[in-house]
Amino acid sequence: MRKFQCMVCGFIYDESIGDPEHGIEAGTRWEEIPASWSCPECGVVKDDFEMVEMI
Amino acid sequence: MSQQSVVVIGSGLAGYAVARELRKLNSDIPITMLSADHGGFYSKPMLSNALATGKTPAAILNSDAAQMTAQLKIEIHTHTRAQEIDQANKAIKLENGGHLVFSKLVLAVGADPIRLPLSGDAVDDILSVNDLDDYRRFREALEGKKEIAILGAGLIGCEFANDLAGAGYQVRIIDISMQPLGRLLPTEAGKYLHDKLAAAGIQFHLNTQTQSIERRGHRYRLILADDQVIEVDLVLSAVGLRPRTTLAQTTGIHVNRGIVTNRFLQTQDASIFALGDCAEVEGKVLPFVMPITHAARAIAATINGTATPVRYPPMPVLVKTPACPTIVSPPDPAMPGSWQIDAQLDGLKALFRDEAGNLQGFALLGEATKEKNAIVSLLPPVIA
Repeated sequence: MRKFQCMVCGFIYDESIGDPEHGIEAGTRWEEIPASWSCPECGVVKDDFEMVEMI
Repeated sequence: MSQQSVVVIGSGLAGYAVARELRKLNSDIPITMLSADHGGFYSKPMLSNALATGKTPAAILNSDAAQMTAQLKIEIHTHTRAQEIDQANKAIKLENGGHLVFSKLVLAVGADPIRLPLSGDAVDDILSVNDLDDYRRFREALEGKKEIAILGAGLIGCEFANDLAGAGYQVRIIDISMQPLGRLLPTEAGKYLHDKLAAAGIQFHLNTQTQSIERRGHRYRLILADDQVIEVDLVLSAVGLRPRTTLAQTTGIHVNRGIVTNRFLQTQDASIFALGDCAEVEGKVLPFVMPITHAARAIAATINGTATPVRYPPMPVLVKTPACPTIVSPPDPAMPGSWQIDAQLDGLKALFRDEAGNLQGFALLGEATKEKNAIVSLLPPVIA
């Protein structure tokens, strides 16, 4: 499981938690998230995230 | 004009958001950015929780100006300030004597920290954190210190207080209001947040204000309006931001609280745009990240030839206080209505409804933050 951080606002997407409130189940790998998904805190697109941690 | 050229003044999140969005739409259009500082890209919201996340100032810098130049194929003038805009000739006079011409200009100049009018011999020692360079100075000043006073219990003050307390500092926070986040939260929610932050070790001095700050050896003595005297090692001011409007003002661009724009983020000169902390869009000054994302997309599309008004969805603000997770979407202060408070086992939900019963704002604290998405979906857009 990995973590990805929004470069703009700092929101962290943790694969083990997912983003269930926006239809992304816990355990969803980063590659499987649709490109249309956007940062729940600041609205930027998936491209503006980068991997911050492998756990 | 022989060729389209875009100049962006400001290299903060707003300036970079426009450069990035425009580059996505158009790989050729020349973009020049003016930066008053080093011009590197970083996430400003990360400054107020960097102790908790273990980040040094150097680690917060995502990419320096050279890397951003390569990544976005833009030209960046670092440590360069604009002095004057010549609207008639679409030219910018720089403080270093240079000139730049533009076909479209984007003002993304941000805001200045407000400074309280205090007396005493240590006023100039009060720090504030508004950018990465400030934050570097703040972290250096923190070395070996223990007791910190924060002036202002707003969003930034509370976030820094929680971050410092979490890292073992003794934190006092002083505010003229009766509660933390006085402009964002109804009374009951303010009390809830206060109690959680107090339980995390933060000491509040509310309903008072700082009058003077004097040096006492390596420490500072603050005298408050209610005659309380407190001594600390370091003082951080976080009493709010004021949009930077001087450049616009001196060149005849309309300014109210911020640089006045229409829904297209255009000033009265349709070739000059403004966004972010410096802008007043349709009467709203919204110094948060999410409006920048939406504004930058609209500006980029308009510059690229498709006139696009900005649409702001509901934009709740997340307060990064781990001692009390808080999400708030304050109602327009002019709107009549009332708060309905639902105190829960380990949280608090406050909903603001207008006289017709429609949800117009909310505050969610603690466990209630889990209801965010269901509640946000009931809010009207900020600008439809």
